[in-house]
Amino acid sequence: MDVERILVWFSLLIVLLPLFGSLVAGLLGKLLDRTLTHRIVVGLVGIAFFLSCYVFKVIVIDGSSAIDHTFYTWATSGQYHFDVAFLIDRLSATMLAIVLFISFMVHIYTIGYMADDPGYQRFFSYVSLFTFAMLVLVLADNFLLLFFGWEGVGLVSYLLIGFWFKRETANFGSLKAFLVNRIGDIGFILATAGVLMYFGSLTYQDVFPQVPEAVNKTISLFPNYNVSAVTVISLLLFIGAMGKSAQVPLHVWLPESMEGPTPISALIHAATMVTAGIYMVARMSPLFEYSQAVLSLILVIGGTTAFFTGLVAVVQYDIKRVIAYSTLSQLGYMAVALGASAYDVAIFHLITHAFFKALLFLAAGSVIIALHHEQDMRRMGGLAAYMPITYLTFIIGSLALCAIPPFAGFYSKDTIIDAVHFSTIPGAHYAYYCVLAGAFVTSLYTFRALFMTFHGKERLPAALKGRVQESPWVVLFPLVMLAIPSVISGEILIRPMLYAKQTLLGNTIFVLPQHNALPQLAEEFHGAQLMALKAGTTPTFWIAMAGILTAWFFTIFPQWAEVLKKRFAVIYAILLRKYGFDDFNQIVLVHGTQDLGSLFYKVSDVKLIDGVAVNGSGRFIRWIAQTARKVQTGYLYHYAFAMVLGMVALLVWYMAGL
Amino acid sequence: MVSLTEFLIVAAMLFGLGVSGIVLNRKNLIVLLMSIELILLAVNTNFVAFSYFLGNVTGQVFVFFILTVAAAEAAIGLAILVVYYRSHQTIEVQDLDALKG
Repeated sequence: MDVERILVWFSLLIVLLPLFGSLVAGLLGKLLDRTLTHRIVVGLVGIAFFLSCYVFKVIVIDGSSAIDHTFYTWATSGQYHFDVAFLIDRLSATMLAIVLFISFMVHIYTIGYMADDPGYQRFFSYVSLFTFAMLVLVLADNFLLLFFGWEGVGLVSYLLIGFWFKRETANFGSLKAFLVNRIGDIGFILATAGVLMYFGSLTYQDVFPQVPEAVNKTISLFPNYNVSAVTVISLLLFIGAMGKSAQVPLHVWLPESMEGPTPISALIHAATMVTAGIYMVARMSPLFEYSQAVLSLILVIGGTTAFFTGLVAVVQYDIKRVIAYSTLSQLGYMAVALGASAYDVAIFHLITHAFFKALLFLAAGSVIIALHHEQDMRRMGGLAAYMPITYLTFIIGSLALCAIPPFAGFYSKDTIIDAVHFSTIPGAHYAYYCVLAGAFVTSLYTFRALFMTFHGKERLPAALKGRVQESPWVVLFPLVMLAIPSVISGEILIRPMLYAKQTLLGNTIFVLPQHNALPQLAEEFHGAQLMALKAGTTPTFWIAMAGILTAWFFTIFPQWAEVLKKRFAVIYAILLRKYGFDDFNQIVLVHGTQDLGSLFYKVSDVKLIDGVAVNGSGRFIRWIAQTARKVQTGYLYHYAFAMVLGMVALLVWYMAGL
Repeated sequence: MVSLTEFLIVAAMLFGLGVSGIVLNRKNLIVLLMSIELILLAVNTNFVAFSYFLGNVTGQVFVFFILTVAAAEAAIGLAILVVYYRSHQTIEVQDLDALKG
C-alpha cells in the first residue's frame, strides 16, 4: 500500500477507535468489569495516539503533501453535496497528536481518579466520545463536518459537566455550558450559511481560494446598509469561537465546568473543547485575514479576556476555579495572537498550554483526591511534604504558566506579547497592555494558589492531619508524562513552528504580508537557548517575577492582603462578583426569559390559545346550540305557526318581486 | 247571483279559521284534525268556485281526489290518536312535546 492510502485508513481508525471504545464502555460496561473496561478504552485511545504519531511524522516531519479524502457522501441537494471527508494536513496532524496525547494521559489518570466512583464505565464512555468528537472537528474538511464535531463536543461537555447529576450545582453548570455554547453556535451556523451562499461550497479547499475575489462582495444587512460579506462571515465565525473558546462575554460557562470531575476539566481546558475555537479561527485564517475589522475585534476581546478574567482568579479560593480562570486568561492570549494575525503563535501557545494546563489540572486533581474531594485552598497548606511528586509537577506547571524561562509557556507567551507589540492592526496597543498586565496577574494567582496549597501552615481538617498520602502511580504517571513536555516543548518547538523556512504548520496558515509580524520577530531570534538567556532584558520576565514576588509577599504577610481588601473593598467586591456577568445573565437573561415565558404562557397560551381558540370555539358552538334549541319547542302549533309565517313571507316576497 | 269574490271570501275565512285553529288550539288533538279538514275544505271551495266560473271541470275532479286523501288522512290520524292515547293517557296538544330540542 502506498503512504497515502495508509494515512487515509489510519485517520479513519484514529477517529473510530475512541468511538468504538466509547460504545463498548457505554453499552457493555456493566457486563465487563471495571478493569476490562478501562483496559479496552485506554488501549484503544493509546492505539489511536500512536497512529496519530505516525500521521504526524509522515505529514509534518517528512513533509508529505496534504490529503483530502471523501469517505461518504452525507447528503446531496442540487449542486451542493455534503461529505464526510477528512483533510489530513500539517495543522490537523499536529492537532491530532496533541489532542490524543492529552486525551491518552487523561484516560490513564481517570483510572486512578474515578476508582471509587459508581459511574466508572459511564465516565470512560463519555471521555472517549469527547475525544471522538474533537477528532472529527479537527479532521473535518468542510464546515458542516466541523459543525458536527463542534456540536458533539458541546453535547459531551454537557454530559460530563453534569456527570455527578445528583448535585444541583453540576446540573446548573452543565445547563449553563450548554446554553452559552448554543449562542456561539448560532453564529457559527449562520456563518456556514453565509459561506454556502457566497462561495457555493462548504469544503475548505473550494472556499479559501475564492476569498480574495470575494472581498468586494457585500451583504445588505439593513436596507441601504451594506457590509463586506467576508467581514460578516468572519465575525459570525468568531462569535462561534467566542462560545467554544470562552471569550468575554461568553466565558461564563467555563468556570461552571469545574463541577465536572477533574479529569474532564483537564480535557476540556487543555485539549478538546476550548481549543476548538482557536483551532477553528486558525483553520479559517484565509477568511479572517481579509477582514481587518474582525481581527481588531478579536484583539480587543482577547486582550480583555486575558487581563480581566485573570484578575478574578486572584480572589478565588477553589483551587480548580483558580486554574479555570487562568485557562480563560490564557485563551485570551491565544485570541490576541489570532487577532494579531500570528496564527502559528496561537497554535504554538495552544500546544504548550495544553501540556501545562492539563498538568496543572491533573496535579490539582491529585491534591483533591488526597484530601478526599476537598477543593478549598483555605483548608490546604503545607502539602509539599506529603506529596512531593505532585508538588514538583505543580511547580513545573506553574512556572510554565507564568512564562518563566526555559519552561514551555515562556516561549509561546513571550512570542505572543512580541507579536502583538509589532502588530499594526488597530486594537493591538490595547491588547499589548492587556497581555503585559496579564503576565503579572498570571504569576500572582498561580503562585498564590501554589503557596496556599503546598506551603505555609497546615490548615487541614483534623481528620486528615498527618495522614495525607501521595497519589497512586496511575495518577502520578500522567503528571510526569505531562511535566516533561511542559518543560521542553517550547524550546524544541519554537524554531520549527515559527522561524524555520518550512514551518510546522506550513501553508495551512495563511497570513497577508502586511499583517505578518513573524519576519520582524525572526530578525531578533537567534535560537531558543539564547532567547531564554536574554529573557532578563524583556519586560515580560520582570513583570512575571514581580507577580511571583507579590504572591510570596502576601503569603508571608497575610495581614497586608486584609488591608488591601478593606482599602479597595469596591474592587474586591467587583472581582468577587466576577464583574457581574453571572448576575447580569441570571437577572436579565435567565429571569427575563422566565418572566417573558410565563407572560407568554399566561397570555398567549392560556388566554389566547386555550381560552379563545380551543375552548372558545367549543363554547361558541355550545352557545349557538343552546340558542338554537330554544326554537325546537316540540309543540305542533309552534311549527305550524312557523310554517304559516314562512308561507306569508314567501307570498310577500313573491308579490313584492312581482 | 253569488259572485266569485264572495265564494273566495268564504274560502279565505274557512282557511283562516283552519290555520288559527291549528295555531291557537292547545287542548284537543281532534280539534287539530278538524282544523286540517277545514283548510282542505277551503281549498276545495276555491277549486269548485273557479271550476264553475271558468267552465272547466278539472277543478271538480281535483276536489274528488282531495276528498279521498282527506278521508284517508283523517282515518290514519284518528288511528294514531287512539294509539297515542293508549300509550300516553293524553291527547292534549300542549303536552305533546317529544320533539323538544
